[in-house]
Amino acid sequence: MKKVIVGNHAVSLGVKLARVEVVSAYPITPQTQVVEMLSEMCASGELAARFIKVESEHSAMAACCGASAAGTRTFTASSSQGLALMHEMLHWAGNGRHPVVMANINRAMGPGWNVWTDQNDSLSQRDTGWIQLYCETNQEVLDTTIQAFKLAEAVDLPVMVILDAFYLSHTSEPVEIPDQDLVDEFLPRREARLKLDTSDPRSFGSLVRPEDYMEMRWDQQQAMTTALRMYEEIDADWKILTGRRWGAIEPYRMDDAELVLVTSGTVTSTAREVIDQRREDGEMIGLLKVKMFRPFPSAAIRRALRGVDRVAVLDRNVSPGHSGIFAEEIRAALYDVPPDDRPWLHGYVLGLGGRDVTPATIEEIIERAWAVDTPPREDLWVGLKT
Amino acid sequence: MSQVMIKELVPRRELVDPGHLACPGCGAPLAMRLVLKELGEKTIVVLPACCWSIIAGPYPQSSLHVPLYHTAFETAAAVASGIRAALDVRGDTDTTVMAWAGDGGTFDIGLQALSGAAERNEDFLYVCYDNEAYMNTGIQRSSATPWGAWTTTTPRSQPQGTKKKDILSIMAAHRIPYAATACVSYPADLLEKVRKAKSIRGTRFLHILSPCPPGWKFSDEQSIEMGRKAVQNRIFPLMEVEDGIRWRFTMETDGDRVEPYIKAQGRFRHLTDEDMVRIQDEVNARWEYLERMVASSP
Repeated sequence: MKKVIVGNHAVSLGVKLARVEVVSAYPITPQTQVVEMLSEMCASGELAARFIKVESEHSAMAACCGASAAGTRTFTASSSQGLALMHEMLHWAGNGRHPVVMANINRAMGPGWNVWTDQNDSLSQRDTGWIQLYCETNQEVLDTTIQAFKLAEAVDLPVMVILDAFYLSHTSEPVEIPDQDLVDEFLPRREARLKLDTSDPRSFGSLVRPEDYMEMRWDQQQAMTTALRMYEEIDADWKILTGRRWGAIEPYRMDDAELVLVTSGTVTSTAREVIDQRREDGEMIGLLKVKMFRPFPSAAIRRALRGVDRVAVLDRNVSPGHSGIFAEEIRAALYDVPPDDRPWLHGYVLGLGGRDVTPATIEEIIERAWAVDTPPREDLWVGLKT
Repeated sequence: MSQVMIKELVPRRELVDPGHLACPGCGAPLAMRLVLKELGEKTIVVLPACCWSIIAGPYPQSSLHVPLYHTAFETAAAVASGIRAALDVRGDTDTTVMAWAGDGGTFDIGLQALSGAAERNEDFLYVCYDNEAYMNTGIQRSSATPWGAWTTTTPRSQPQGTKKKDILSIMAAHRIPYAATACVSYPADLLEKVRKAKSIRGTRFLHILSPCPPGWKFSDEQSIEMGRKAVQNRIFPLMEVEDGIRWRFTMETDGDRVEPYIKAQGRFRHLTDEDMVRIQDEVNARWEYLERMVASSP
């Protein structure tokens, strides 16, 4: 069944189809529609879940850890300041190996107060042990939400499904809603490998001395590596059932491309339009969309970009004092490519705090990327007022 | 209470192993031992950062025979809410979820989560074992530290200058079904309260005074005596509050002088006679307040 829905409701419907058992959340713009719709679903019995209406995001994630440790499929959603407040418990979910799924609606960090999109909120949580999946369309949001539970529970790691504020969260798009039977087949009820169980009493998260701590982090690292492969398998299964797959990365019109734009989120859609036009005009230009940020698909990115002349990474985020964060990660991944095959990498910071990224913005980046005749030393900030 | 009655009252099961890591004379393992005797095997314990994070034992050991979830300092009530929701949604309504936090995790950093859970009337038992400072990190003051006390962050030249937070009234103000105080020195009273709390649904709060020999500066064998002095001299009255409105003393007191309690502990050694008068006035005032609450209860 096809419906025209906003991104936030694509999340809620995905959560319902996944038969989530415990939801714990706190309101924040622009995430609120996610939890409003889930509240209605829980109240009507359409979703047989307990909704804990906590007093803060910190408690939202704490309650999710508890519910997940007790063996249930667990969900929350947040944005920006809310996600930042959760930070300590994001680590707890990550290190505790709780397969919690959350939707984060990308929103800029304050001050100044800004409810519009950029990626600094989720990227600041890079090292908390969460899988991060960035979405481009509302269809991808719904599909990824369902896939996220399967992935999380397969590797016992939490997963963050990430979508741009307003460009997705509040924008209506046609979305194919899968049948419940199909989702049930894809995603059976969670059976936790270990849980809080009075018939098998165990201690979770106790004091761990130096002689054991590193092995726990190593296991987590191995699970992240498994998640890379596992996502491709899950995505392939999803394609068999629905005809759709998304990929950890998606190369687009990259055949013989000399310049490749690397994007994530909704900037991708805008870039596709521009690239389609330029390809029509015979320009050797392509696009690489990065969906999975943790674990980082370094090998796949290397394969995709090896031999390309120039790579322009578009970052709707910045690490103050360094560079755009995707650019930094991709630069590191490309270091393993032999120098003769290694592209020049151009970093472009754009669209912070929800500033519009239009086809003209993309055109400007492409023109600049072609024009430069030495490897660029630092990122360019696009569209800055002077 | 005769020995025979105590024997009949105290369930025989032991869910705390003797090889735990508490200091000699610590009230906290005794409190856990008594509470779990009454709650039984079908209990899940949530433990934020506190002395018990150590007492429970390091990985891969545990001194408890029930499932235990260690969590971040301020999250006991929120995690307990999540576990309760998970058990309920899977149809397990008879397992008791117990959050077990120290005074720092309750009075200070965990108060927001506790208030939120109490407002939602989450169905769990929250126990605060109160040793009146951050003992696990080396005796730093909390908002449960009594006025005048020395700690490592309230030196003798500038001891604790604020009154102990009235956590019982705060919890009663949430109108939760059950809130009570108890002390390890009075196991029968404590067990009776746990039994009662176990039979009630909704948020139940138990505030247990847990004497701490290294933190309060008295010798190991005096812990029980210290608790008795606190209770009998009205410093820590034993009582319960139902639905936030029905207040009741559960133990008669036979004294009203603070001096025997204060003088017995090194943390108060620097106090002057004037200070003693001030503490006495404060204890008297609080006792009168509690008497009024009891007298006006329906």
